[in-house]
Amino acid sequence: MTTVTITVNGETHSRTVEPRQLLVHFLREELGLTGTHVGCESTLCGACTVHLDGQAVKSCTVLAVQADGQDVTTIEGLAPNREELHPMQMGFWEKHGLQCGYCTPGMIMAASDLLERNPNPSESEIRHALEGNLCRCTGYQQIVEAVQEAASITRGEAG
Amino acid sequence: MAFRPGAVGEPIKRREDPRLIRGLGTYTDDIKLHGTVFAAFVRSDFAAGTVKSIDTSAAREHDGVLDVLTYADLSGEVGPTPVGAELPPEVMNKRDHPLLADGSVRYVGQPLAVVIAETPYAARDAALEVFADIEPRPAVADLEEALEEGAPKVYEELGTNVCFALPAPGEETDRLFDEADGTLDMKLINHRVAPFSMEGRAVVAHWEEGAGKLNLWTSTQAPHIVKQQVAICLRIPEIRVRVVAPEVGGGFGCKIATYPEELVLAWASRRLRRPIRWSETRSENLLNTVHGRGHVEHVSVAYRSDGRVLALRGKTISDVGAYRSFYGPFIALSTPSMICGCYDIKAVSWETVTVYTNTMATDAYRGAGRPEAAYIIERVMDRVADELGLDPAEVRRRNFISKDAFPYTTATGTVYDSGDYELSLDKALEAFDYRAALAEQERSRQAGRLVGIGFATFTEVCGIGPSAGASPLGRMGTWESATVRVEPSGNVTVLTGVSPHGQGQETAFAQMASDAFGVGIDDVTVVHGDTDVVQHGVGTFGSRGIAVGGAALHMALGKVSAKAKRIAAFHLDAPEDQVEFEDGEFTVSGTDRKLTFREVAERAHLWNTAVPGEEPGLEAVARFEPTATTFPFGAHICQVEVDAESGRVTLQRYLAVDDFGEVINPLLADGQRLGGVIQGLGQALCEEVIYDESGQLLTGSLMDYAMPRAAAFPHIELESTCTPTPINPLGAKGIGELGTIGATPCVMNAIVDALSPLGVTHLDMPAKPERVWQALQAHRAEHD
Repeated sequence: MTTVTITVNGETHSRTVEPRQLLVHFLREELGLTGTHVGCESTLCGACTVHLDGQAVKSCTVLAVQADGQDVTTIEGLAPNREELHPMQMGFWEKHGLQCGYCTPGMIMAASDLLERNPNPSESEIRHALEGNLCRCTGYQQIVEAVQEAASITRGEAG
Repeated sequence: MAFRPGAVGEPIKRREDPRLIRGLGTYTDDIKLHGTVFAAFVRSDFAAGTVKSIDTSAAREHDGVLDVLTYADLSGEVGPTPVGAELPPEVMNKRDHPLLADGSVRYVGQPLAVVIAETPYAARDAALEVFADIEPRPAVADLEEALEEGAPKVYEELGTNVCFALPAPGEETDRLFDEADGTLDMKLINHRVAPFSMEGRAVVAHWEEGAGKLNLWTSTQAPHIVKQQVAICLRIPEIRVRVVAPEVGGGFGCKIATYPEELVLAWASRRLRRPIRWSETRSENLLNTVHGRGHVEHVSVAYRSDGRVLALRGKTISDVGAYRSFYGPFIALSTPSMICGCYDIKAVSWETVTVYTNTMATDAYRGAGRPEAAYIIERVMDRVADELGLDPAEVRRRNFISKDAFPYTTATGTVYDSGDYELSLDKALEAFDYRAALAEQERSRQAGRLVGIGFATFTEVCGIGPSAGASPLGRMGTWESATVRVEPSGNVTVLTGVSPHGQGQETAFAQMASDAFGVGIDDVTVVHGDTDVVQHGVGTFGSRGIAVGGAALHMALGKVSAKAKRIAAFHLDAPEDQVEFEDGEFTVSGTDRKLTFREVAERAHLWNTAVPGEEPGLEAVARFEPTATTFPFGAHICQVEVDAESGRVTLQRYLAVDDFGEVINPLLADGQRLGGVIQGLGQALCEEVIYDESGQLLTGSLMDYAMPRAAAFPHIELESTCTPTPINPLGAKGIGELGTIGATPCVMNAIVDALSPLGVTHLDMPAKPERVWQALQAHRAEHD
């Protein structure tokens, strides 16, 4: 067992964990942040995507000990406060970018990471940026529209 | 009660979403009750074998392990796995499926033992220490090989791998074949695919010792069915079972069945008096959640020289897998029932053979028997067009059932409610600009490029009914239920028997209640998925959520409106027939007397006893039994280009014209259609469950099973026509499965069209680059 100190959504947590504990299990089981979902445990579906020191990572293949001393943002910490939504969350709601919602937190975390790097992505850039995130319900089209909507909200253009 | 303009028909944003986009939805694996322990299953590595012994001693000594269960522990107390439909033993060869393997294993991944431990990691570690001594037996993984003489038998004592076989009479078909100008034969393979919900199966089983009751949270599409199945399997009264479908992360048909794992954990929770949680891994999901499709079809076609298809003679061979899942073997019967598609075909003789193999069971997957039918008949139409040198759109048009012919009974006895197939084809041709596309294709071909245009004009079955005609559904009705409960404030609670898991009925049903009573959408709450809270219902599958569940809600809303009107009339001191109800207000014609819906709701609860003949309260339950089934339809058209060097298929354009009758929320309808199309394209172009000949699964992870990803396909264009159904009061036909039914043949027809200058007349799915490249190579070899 080993002790890790990880800041999650602005709050610092210290826990004694098994060295093999996955970051996603740390978030879900130790901290009760169940918004981050497990879809494949093999980095291939993206449902568990969180931000680690500002970059999107798949938390099913990061060990909790690897996140020691770092900052994690999960879907629960993306919005500025309880009343407001992050532009990406607004985009997904506005454009019906989700159905069952299981891939959605990871999809939103991956897409918000894209907009950090590229505030005005083309449809093709959005599709390629989200290739690591699977969705079975939407067929991705309304997700693409959601990301475009979020980009225009961020640019202050949304009507 | 007619719908007034208002919330119904509007593309209203979903009310489910605020919790889901913030990570605040509660899926089964998010539930952690006090004292929860965790399970891991030990599974068979062999597709067929004799279980000589299972040594659990090392696992039992592992830190944190509470129990390790095998068949010996369950025997006589629980099981077998219940099925949803049966045929008598003289018609169906069958054996029960135990929850954990008895003396035999019959497919890779079959559960042998389950380890219960204090942590998930301990359970998984200990599961590795269970040693099952299995003597392998010869296995058969291919459905056609399973029918060969001398093939290994999945159930040796049955002496055959046939589950059931239904012959078909053929006199009229024979006559039409004799009269035909031409005939052709095709073999069509509808390969296995994985339903692949993003959330796999997940269970929390909690035996509540004080109440003597099982609480089962499970990721299901049909909690009421699970409740029945659990009660039967555990041999306890159903009133001692509560099943909850919390947030469910997709189903697509694979979460209708009740699985051995959830049943054995329900039983283990009672034995251990601890809540037990289990979620399958993605590998377990690909291995041991039911697969879809798995058909081989042979079809002979009799046609006239003008392109009219006169008759079909065919055979469906369907792969049941190693055991009968909930409805699995019966899916094969949907194929002949829909084999005529939207065409006026005079006679069909269709034989069905369902066959056991040493593979995972098959069951419903988005479309369930209808995509197979559409794939056959749509490939047939293209082959006939190709043989006669006719335009495939024109051949379809010549065979369409006329829009004046409804209700129309097909040659296989299916009764279509309504349709206008020319309308949707015309709209597709126009929106696609088919003539321009053909001209461009010609130019591309002259430049040596392999460009193809494909069609699918199809119809399908939604909201199956009536219950009496739905045999052999067995222990399941085809009706649906709704309760409308107006609270004293005038806010509305809707309890629905359907169990949405992404379809959005929390929004659609709130729109309906909002329109009916003139209350705000946010003043309505829609409750589903908890068998202790919701009246008995059936569930969400077969595109029945709106067509059947919505119709039940419509009835309940009508009952409540009628009662509210009687109460209003009493308090307004007016005859009921002079009271009008519009936009949330009851008014008396020609006066200024009025009561709001909220005022009536308050009086119904607080003063209503003054109304003669009325019970207090404002609540109604309704059950809608469809008298028949609805048949939505569509015309899809697409364009592909095949890269001659690599065999890679690029989908350049895809346009779907769908007709699903009236719509509650077009935003949600678009979502259903788009998702379905991509799933259909996935089957046609990349997805495939593959077993090797010894029954080992070769596609057990996302490294091997090719799921469609975001960049795989272009923007899908959507158009629609509206032909209401007379079957339900909403006029809504159902929408969930159109995409998987239309897309698969549409894109395969386009690929064959692209390759047709090379003499290719057929290509099996999935059209992966390697398979297309092989077809190109075969052509080159012929011409070198």
